Amino acid sequence: MPPINFKLKPIGIQSYLRIFRGIIMAWETVIGLEIHSQLNTKSKIFSGASTEFGAKPNTQACAVDLGLPGVLPVLNKEAVHMALRFGLAVNAKINQHSIFERKNYFYPDLPKGYQISQFEIPIVGKGAIDISTKEGGTKMVGITRAHLEEDAGKSIHDLYEDYSAIDLNRAGTPLLEIVSEPDMRSAKEAVAYAKKIHALVQYIGICDGNMQEGSFRCDANVSIRKKDTEELGTRTELKNINSFKFLEKAINIEIERQQDILEDGGNVVQETRLYDAVKDETRSMRTKEEANDYKYFPDPDLLPVDIENELLTEIKNSLPELPTEKKNRFVSEFGLSDYDAENLTAQKSLADYYEAMLNDGADAKVSANWVMGELSASLNKNQIDIQDSPISAKELSELVKRINDDTISGKIAKGVFKDMWEGNGRVDDIIQNQGLKQMTDVGAIEGIIDGIIANNSEQVEQFKAGNTKLLGYFVGQVMKATQGKANPKQVNQILNEKLS
Amino acid sequence: MSLNKEQVKEIAQLAKLSINDSEIEQSTIELNNILSLMAELGKIDTDHVEPMAHPLEMSQRLREDVVSEADLSEEFQAIAPKTGKQHFLVPTVIE
Repeated sequence: MPPINFKLKPIGIQSYLRIFRGIIMAWETVIGLEIHSQLNTKSKIFSGASTEFGAKPNTQACAVDLGLPGVLPVLNKEAVHMALRFGLAVNAKINQHSIFERKNYFYPDLPKGYQISQFEIPIVGKGAIDISTKEGGTKMVGITRAHLEEDAGKSIHDLYEDYSAIDLNRAGTPLLEIVSEPDMRSAKEAVAYAKKIHALVQYIGICDGNMQEGSFRCDANVSIRKKDTEELGTRTELKNINSFKFLEKAINIEIERQQDILEDGGNVVQETRLYDAVKDETRSMRTKEEANDYKYFPDPDLLPVDIENELLTEIKNSLPELPTEKKNRFVSEFGLSDYDAENLTAQKSLADYYEAMLNDGADAKVSANWVMGELSASLNKNQIDIQDSPISAKELSELVKRINDDTISGKIAKGVFKDMWEGNGRVDDIIQNQGLKQMTDVGAIEGIIDGIIANNSEQVEQFKAGNTKLLGYFVGQVMKATQGKANPKQVNQILNEKLS
Repeated sequence: MSLNKEQVKEIAQLAKLSINDSEIEQSTIELNNILSLMAELGKIDTDHVEPMAHPLEMSQRLREDVVSEADLSEEFQAIAPKTGKQHFLVPTVIE
């Protein structure tokens, strides 16, 4: 008997143990997110300093932001309105009487020694938002609260030896911290929720959503518990996540870490952990843990914020069509699938571009394919935002129209698209100049097909004997002979007639 | 309510105060005296009193979202203990 050759190599023994343990011990993941969304006001939340990104260090930090003696904060009206826009967009309870409090801690990029935030009564109370699940359904994620607060400055540790450098331009930038319920059960769900909030804040025009510049930051609270138990496990808070990809990775790596600890009989320590994208690991950030008592109290420099009913009505009426509403309309009005509609409405600018094409008379389904296919791929590859696309919605809609009226085939259109992308003129000029127009002369196509049939008698025999797969071969020959300009539908039809 | 020495130590740490053992002893006594005085307030019936966030019965005034501050960074840097090229410098804070 030959020896049994069991190959366990490629993934290592640890991974096998993990899979094995996963079978006997079922864990459930519980995730809640805290999203810091930077409000795109012109000035700061409590001062008249500019919030423009990228200025020289400390040139946009005024006396209020520096916490110099004798200064007083005055609340920015626009920041309040933006918080209300968000609250109304997620059907949240609006606290028409909210208060600002001081969150006390010492750190050099927080010159006052406290951050002005909201604690006991935030401006936005309980709300909810629907996310799409992988099974194709929707799931409601609760929003616990959303409160206004000021951002801290930036500490740079590697600029000077023996010193940390402080830039206070960001100090006092308005933030809306959006806190979710621990309703998510996987990293994928957490990402779906974060993306939904990301799209929403851009739709309602309160945040530019730029994750690289830190205008949209996610912290994840992650814990695991045995399946079918109610009690929550000890959670850790993951910070330093600046993309959706890293959000998913950080959560998954943390789930694994916690499983290893619990299954080895240990305890998860409640702490803040930094995600390191380079090493793909989370690590403890003990420095801030030792004194985790912020001693909140109402800020005596700020009076309570009172919101009138009229203002709420006014803001409610000014809200644009929201992502979910838009998605549903795309399905009912344009006959798109849920999947296509979801993708096209994920970004407002993408949805606007798509709708501009349809307004110009392009076919809904073909346009959807081109926007999500060639266009998105080219934009991604070149890292260009759709607002700066070298091909305008009107130009792409012309291309789609030429496909639909059979002037060119979809395959030829891809070449035309490339030329358009490179700025080689408009659709009709490119088609004209390169002689790409589809052959519509039936007689000419028939002539070519007759020639091909005559030259491939062997294949014709096989086809007639029942090898119908060979039709593709004939179509290919015709396309080759016509440089792709024959209409595939027409070619198929004629071939079928002539070969039967 | 009264505090023990451990709690006073913790409070000192939160306030970034460095105090030695004998000072802690003294501080604990003093803080507890203050707390017992504060406890007098607890005798007042506040069942039907709304919590107050501010002694003034007014609402926060809101300002228009306008940039009104000029760049005074040179003046501010001049009064800072240590600066680099446009940055304020502080002893290294280890993350």
